[in-house]
Amino acid sequence: MRPGNMTQHVITVLVEDKPGVLARISSMFARRGFNIHSLAVGPTADASLSRMTVVVDGPEMEQIIKQLYKLVNTVKVTEHPPGSAVEREIMLVRINAEPSRRGEILDAAGIFDSKAVDVGKTTITFEVSGEPDKLSDFLELMAPYGIVDLVKSGRIALGRDPKSRNGRRPELRTA
Amino acid sequence: MSETLTGAQALIRALEHEGVDVVFGMPGGAILPAYDPLLDSPIRHILVRHEQGAGHMASGYAHATGRVGVALVTSGPAATNLITPLQDAYMDSIPVVAITGQVAQTSIGMDAFQEAHTWGISMPVTKHNYLITDVEEIPDVIREAFHLAATGRPGPVLVDIPKDLLVSTLTWHRPGEINLPGYKPSIKGHPKQVQAAVELIHASERPVLYAGGGIIRANAADRLRRFAEVANLPAVTTLMGRGAIPDSHPLALGMPGMHGNYTAITAMQKSDLLVTIGARFDDRVTGKVDAFAPDAKVIHVDVDPAEISKVRFADIPIVGDAGAVLEQLIFAMEHLLDTKEPPARKEWLDTIHRWQQEHPLTYEQDPDGPIQQQFVIQELHRITGGDAIVVAGVGQHQMWASQYWGFERPRTWINSGGLGTMGYAIPAAVGAKAGAPDELVVAFDGDGSFQMTLQELITASTEGINVKIMVLNNSWLGMVKQWQKLFYNERYSATDLSGGVPDFVGLAEAMGCAGLRAERPSDVAPAIEKALAINDRPVVVEFRCDPDAMVFPMVPAGGSNDDVVLGPEGLA
Repeated sequence: MRPGNMTQHVITVLVEDKPGVLARISSMFARRGFNIHSLAVGPTADASLSRMTVVVDGPEMEQIIKQLYKLVNTVKVTEHPPGSAVEREIMLVRINAEPSRRGEILDAAGIFDSKAVDVGKTTITFEVSGEPDKLSDFLELMAPYGIVDLVKSGRIALGRDPKSRNGRRPELRTA
Repeated sequence: MSETLTGAQALIRALEHEGVDVVFGMPGGAILPAYDPLLDSPIRHILVRHEQGAGHMASGYAHATGRVGVALVTSGPAATNLITPLQDAYMDSIPVVAITGQVAQTSIGMDAFQEAHTWGISMPVTKHNYLITDVEEIPDVIREAFHLAATGRPGPVLVDIPKDLLVSTLTWHRPGEINLPGYKPSIKGHPKQVQAAVELIHASERPVLYAGGGIIRANAADRLRRFAEVANLPAVTTLMGRGAIPDSHPLALGMPGMHGNYTAITAMQKSDLLVTIGARFDDRVTGKVDAFAPDAKVIHVDVDPAEISKVRFADIPIVGDAGAVLEQLIFAMEHLLDTKEPPARKEWLDTIHRWQQEHPLTYEQDPDGPIQQQFVIQELHRITGGDAIVVAGVGQHQMWASQYWGFERPRTWINSGGLGTMGYAIPAAVGAKAGAPDELVVAFDGDGSFQMTLQELITASTEGINVKIMVLNNSWLGMVKQWQKLFYNERYSATDLSGGVPDFVGLAEAMGCAGLRAERPSDVAPAIEKALAINDRPVVVEFRCDPDAMVFPMVPAGGSNDDVVLGPEGLA
């Protein structure tokens, strides 16, 4: 909705676990004209708090983060530059699979550490989870067979522990 | 000592604990239980004639007193009638708590009689809102609501209470500690930023202090004035900030913006530094943003971080309460001046004074012609010595009142700035007078604005709230007509209010007010004298004004503030 370089940004929002807090966040995004690419909500280790992972399309995050903080139930907002967080999505995807091609499809899917979770007469449904790129790659690979249906969770993200082995500084990480 | 109360009793007691002395409202089915204990409470209830009036009265009360204004109404249509005043208060950062009845919890979602999704509808027009789901929450939620409304950037908070909770019981407890982990408004500014700000101010050659409504909200007018003097800063006051520095002060430049005066607009436009405090670069101030004050660096002090760099990048952002940060700025500037010469800025101040001489606000009152609206405002100011709380509706009369009334102290100018709500004047004046009964409360209203909320004059007369309403009747929706004249080839579509009806004098009398009329310039002063002498009921004075008068100066919408139009000839 706003002009400019539409890059994706990942932010996590720690909110008080109160009724309607999701509505407050989505209402604020709608009112201010910010675009949500995906949004995932769930509990945290602290029962009084929920964590939302929001993937936002937009040129800059400063105003979005400030507006999030302005909501009374928002406790903390963290922007995750590429590589600074562990990011995961999960997907269920149903692929056209005539019996003659099943083996081929299962072989290809195996590379991705995916799981066949449902098999029909002419389709196989896979569960795939991992970094968003991995899910895209999987879909690209399966596209020629025919994607019948798919469902994706929103992305979830947790900032890396700065002392962890994988806690690379964002600028050191290659795309 | 445990005491069992109904939810309704707990609500009223919680309001008493907040120091509430007056609520504006109207009963109805869902809120009915709360009206019973109100009979036994010292809280004064003012019975409005429309819930919108209750909301604006709460706002007028808050404007005049600095305390939280309270509206109390029922569910459904009453709650939706509050939406306009809530958004109005939200835009202008006015502390208001609205309490709405809701249908019983078992009926919520069933499309019950007078059910509306008040919580959802009010979410984007409030700073925060609540739907209470447990009677035990009532004392704590009321405490939180008042805290949120009054602190940080003030604003409206709505509390929706289902009827079944009002009639169920709880063991009364005094509200506990406020537990809002996500709400911690900053008070003091960052000392490094404050230091950087005073150094930049000291080094600047053409600075302007850009003072907004945040100064009034923060009760910081005294410190603003002191800082302007210490740092030798000429100061503009926005529509919401009028009275933040006395208009008679040598450093005061008056109002900037679309209908600001030439000097205030141009000083900002030519400045090399805008010292912005409690203002938000509203489009009515900036005109075309890309062309606004192109050479100015920006210091931006605001209690709301989201305002900083929202419209205009701030070179030095300072998040904090306007009063607290001004104290820091004064201290830092005085310290700086221990070792450095105070900035004289003679050339800049001379230039500003020259603009003031060359381009004052002007209008002409022909003694035999129609009454000029500006003349009424100036006459009232002269006769009262300016010692009044002035309220306005929205439109031409509002701009003239802001331009021509000399404001000498904060909280004497009450108007709808951000939302531009026509009909604001009468209820806001009633609210202001209810909160400040010893003050003279005068409203300037347009005939269009007046007709939106005039029924609240019945509230005023029945409650003995003796406001004085000056209707500048030009028989048109004047501001819209002005735009049609200037930008739509004088094609006056739907702006003629058919002069002659209503009969404002008869209408006033019918509502229990005194009604007066002035038709010629020579009637103006006597009508005002008479209105001021009537103190046993509200007064409405109709001034039959020039239907063709226009507000100038003007920066046409979307235009650059370099192009101030001083009069109709400037648009040819």
